[in-house]
Amino acid sequence: MTKAQIDEATVKRIAHLARLKISSQEAQSLKRELNGILNWVAELNAIPTDDVEPLTSIGPAKLRQRPDEVTDGDCVAAIMKNAPKTEDHFFLVPKVIE
Amino acid sequence: MALNELTLAEARDKLQSREIKASELTEACLGAIEAANPSLNAFLVITAEKARAAAQDADKRLGAKSGKMRALDGIPLGIKDLFCTKDVRTTAGSHILGNFEPAYESTVTQNLWDAGAIMLGKLNMDEFAMGSSNETSYFGPCVNPWRTRESDEKLVPGGSSGGSASAVAAGLCFGATASDTGGSIRQPAAFTGTVGIKPTYGRCSRWGMVAFASSLDQAGPITRSVRDAAILLEVMASHDPKDSTSMDAPLPNLEQALGSSLKGLRVGIPKEYRVEGMSAEIDALWMKGIDIFKQAGAKIVEVSLPHTKAALPAYYIVAPAEASSNLARYDGVRYGIRANGRDIVDMYEETRAEGFGAEVKRRILIGTYVLSAGYYDAYYLKAQKVRTLIKRDFDEAFEKVDVLLTPTTPTPAFALGSKGGVDPIAMYLNDIFTVTVNMAGLPGLSVPAGFSSEGLPLGLQIIGKPFDEARVLRAGQAIEDAAGRMPIPKPWWLDNASASKQAKVKEAKAVEAKLSPVKSASKKPSSRKKPNASS
Repeated sequence: MTKAQIDEATVKRIAHLARLKISSQEAQSLKRELNGILNWVAELNAIPTDDVEPLTSIGPAKLRQRPDEVTDGDCVAAIMKNAPKTEDHFFLVPKVIE
Repeated sequence: MALNELTLAEARDKLQSREIKASELTEACLGAIEAANPSLNAFLVITAEKARAAAQDADKRLGAKSGKMRALDGIPLGIKDLFCTKDVRTTAGSHILGNFEPAYESTVTQNLWDAGAIMLGKLNMDEFAMGSSNETSYFGPCVNPWRTRESDEKLVPGGSSGGSASAVAAGLCFGATASDTGGSIRQPAAFTGTVGIKPTYGRCSRWGMVAFASSLDQAGPITRSVRDAAILLEVMASHDPKDSTSMDAPLPNLEQALGSSLKGLRVGIPKEYRVEGMSAEIDALWMKGIDIFKQAGAKIVEVSLPHTKAALPAYYIVAPAEASSNLARYDGVRYGIRANGRDIVDMYEETRAEGFGAEVKRRILIGTYVLSAGYYDAYYLKAQKVRTLIKRDFDEAFEKVDVLLTPTTPTPAFALGSKGGVDPIAMYLNDIFTVTVNMAGLPGLSVPAGFSSEGLPLGLQIIGKPFDEARVLRAGQAIEDAAGRMPIPKPWWLDNASASKQAKVKEAKAVEAKLSPVKSASKKPSSRKKPNASS
């Protein structure tokens, strides 16, 4: 990682990837903050890690497995309870297919 | 002493000897909450009716001649608002969850209820546990019950478990659940003169906890004594098939272990924790801790953890990366708030823009960036490699010592609004001594060990080997024995409470006069954002 200098267009592209609407004003202050953070974490460049394995989990690398079986069900009402918009046990979303 | 000021262990013993009732303890806590919460904003939801009903059940059980008392029978507790509690609003301090009422109970809280504990309500926190001051909460900051000797200025309780720490320190509950991703149990414990332990990663189930960074998140208790922490942790911890990372490791009797000898204990002092610009009083506190262990017959060994300084930057790659992925689920479809949009993507973007606060957005963007095509190796993979080095440092140190002793935080509690406004990194530096422990998955405990020159509590941290919580707590007990238990701070909020009561009476009288002869003044004068009364 080199000294990062992300521009406003990159901030907007990242925000779209993250599905976050941001205003141009927000993009500007975020650009400053994100560059600040990215330049700070660039300290890690000074640490040699060529022969080091990445640590992907603290526990055993292979997770425990369980039999693939149905353990609950018949709880549609509980699942729908908190949805902002529903109809007949379906989640409603804006039209996706024309 | 008021009942709510007892330690958890004292309350338990008095319940056991039938000296007091669970309903008395519960009323004492509810009364204390009512008086303090308008000033401290520790509770977001107060479940008074549920608590009273649970206390009656407990009293029935305790009244019965037969039967064994359960570990936490009749003990009122507070629950950090990131533990899902069935049918009780759970927000993780965020707007995006709206009035989410989980259809299920987290494993950690279920363990508490199975042991007979009583829930008083849900506790304030930084939004999605992202923060070190409780100021990122959508529901407004929580306030530290401690103030400096000289000033009435409001101080932060630390974060993210600020509500848990504040409530326990002020005597509003006998203990609280909390969670720790980079220091969120230990730093607020240090700021409020309470005891907080983050157990080994995998000790407590993460099932039903709102996720922040899954490889780092771990639940633990905040309490008023080391003994209380041992009692609570023992119940919270369990091997849970519903969390594939929860470990099937035997848990010794933690409370019993507090009585074991310290002779020959090897206490490591990591020299890299003596950071540049560390205040003289933090250094003096650390020396005091070293002396305590020397006196107790322990052996002090200087050790080196060369990658200490790299932990915080590595954390600010790993944690946001995991968070950006975990928080992708908040899309306005299955739960939480929803904003309108032209099409589905626009709806997602508007919902998330409205629902997330500034700090959460910042971290989602950092996480998305470091995981995006072309940057993954440079940032995320690099940080994971550094994480290996951090863990290796600890592994090597623990070949020479049994526990490590460090300060918990570089400073005492600071004033509301004084940090992180322009420079987020200044806030991140709070976790400089705690974050290493999460990166390595180790148990870490903060114990109050003294006061700053201004009269604020300061904490020392004990770090242990994986699954060695018993020894960590034993070492913490030595500090508590020598330094003394922290008192409950002078309840300045009672002055506020009686002032506002008087104001209310005045206002009610004025309303009555206006409405006269209609006999009603039931409309209470509205105070600012009130906790939800749900039950």
